[in-house]
Amino acid sequence: MTTRYSRRLFVNRFNLVMSLITMAFGLTFLLWILLTLLQAGFHAFSTDLFTQMTPPPGSKGGLLNAIAGSVLMATMGTLIGTPIGILAGIYLAEFGSRGWLAPVTRFINDILLSAPSIVIGLFIYEAYVFRVGHFSAWAGAFALALIVIPVVIRTTENMLKLVPDSLREAAAALGTPQWKMILKVTLRSVRAGVITGILLAVARISGETAPLLFTALNNQFWTSNLDAPMANLPVVIFQFAMSPYSDWQQLAWAGALLITMAVLLLNILARTVFRQPRTR
Amino acid sequence: METLVATPEVRTEHAPITAPKMSMRNLDFYYGKFHALKNVNLDVAERRVTAFIGPSGCGKSTLLRTLNRMYSLYPGQRATGQILFNGENLLDATVDLNMLRAKVGMVFQKPTPFPMSIYENIAFGIRLYENLSEREMDERVETALAKAAILDEVKDKLKQSGMALSGGQQQRLCIARAIAVQPDVLLLDEPTSALDPISTAKIEGLLSDLKRDYTIAMVTHNMQQAARVSDFTAYMYLGDLIEFGETDQIFLRPMRKETEDYITGRFG
Repeated sequence: MTTRYSRRLFVNRFNLVMSLITMAFGLTFLLWILLTLLQAGFHAFSTDLFTQMTPPPGSKGGLLNAIAGSVLMATMGTLIGTPIGILAGIYLAEFGSRGWLAPVTRFINDILLSAPSIVIGLFIYEAYVFRVGHFSAWAGAFALALIVIPVVIRTTENMLKLVPDSLREAAAALGTPQWKMILKVTLRSVRAGVITGILLAVARISGETAPLLFTALNNQFWTSNLDAPMANLPVVIFQFAMSPYSDWQQLAWAGALLITMAVLLLNILARTVFRQPRTR
Repeated sequence: METLVATPEVRTEHAPITAPKMSMRNLDFYYGKFHALKNVNLDVAERRVTAFIGPSGCGKSTLLRTLNRMYSLYPGQRATGQILFNGENLLDATVDLNMLRAKVGMVFQKPTPFPMSIYENIAFGIRLYENLSEREMDERVETALAKAAILDEVKDKLKQSGMALSGGQQQRLCIARAIAVQPDVLLLDEPTSALDPISTAKIEGLLSDLKRDYTIAMVTHNMQQAARVSDFTAYMYLGDLIEFGETDQIFLRPMRKETEDYITGRFG
């Protein structure tokens, strides 16, 4: 009895220590990355970042066109991807209990969710850029939308699945048509979770490089023409960091810090502001 | 009651059997292959409380869920036979389920407030059927809350979330929501089993008021509750309707041995 008990205590302590070590291991690298980024990026931080265009090597400049391009394409990608994702998520959760379409959709969506983003970039290149004949911001937005869609589908479906059937029955018991029940009752009760999913999708696409490399490419100048190549932070970072010029490398660090901060902010926003105030 | 037939001597102190509001005829129910209700024949009397009692799994909730076709939400569940309601068989495939449920409201075991304000919880159902001015709507919401004996507790916080109320208040909110639509029949599926004794007493008291306007069918696990609030009681066991009659008769002079065993606690 006592040996069994002390063995249990030992196993418990051992596992606790092991999990603490692995946690520390993971956090170390995370903090290391953040610290390096802060150090190098902060050095290059200045108001020029937000007022000047990306410079040619050897002259002063900022990241204004890249920031604007990133914000624009991420916004468009989210605007295109979110409605599709939410509607498909509703289908899977609320109508998907019968037939073959839902399981097939769910399976394909899982593949899309874990598809390497470079594949999505290549797909848009092949399907859109190649046909139109030039790189463009539209192509970039489409590629980002393709990344948003599976994330939003998954979170919407999972959130709606958490709604107890008793709530659906209660709405049905009043004679509520199904579309109204979904919009006003079930979707509404998981609003916070769905918004969190969208914010996480935005965070995910704001750092994606590969899909933009093949679609929006880059642009050294300011442009608001969606049908032309457009600058964006990830590709600028990629290009500048690989260059031999130290002022470009500085700007790449600043851009990396900027993206990381934006993603951090979005994540904090998703986890605090939009968290369900009460749990059922 | 009418005295078309002059037979005052058969009047008892009990309410006489009234016209049936819903009549089940040869009702069978299946969950897939499982035969859950077996040839049930029963009348639910108008403006009376009919209680369904029996051990777990006896089919009493299943029976209640046929009365508003709630089972139709789920594939694989089906009912055969007839349930006559307002001259129609409500099991017919042609019945408009939303219109049926507007006439046959339901309150569930666990309170199910919608994720909106107390006011909106009530107005939600009304808006499905009627286009009211703001003032008319305010009145309707208040009337419904008053009928469900919860108005005094919530009248100063109608804009607050319905989810923030206590369990007993939430359940009365759900009753108010059901009657705001002005149904003929109210189905209650163990409405007090998740509530404390004080909330239970409030809801039981409410039922005797509600039966003036509504036909009530309720499922309960609690035999004392059936004895206290119902006019008619049906005892069910394993999908069979064993005995059905006036509540006093069922509890004081049960005709069947099985009923007597159950209500005296020898079984169940």
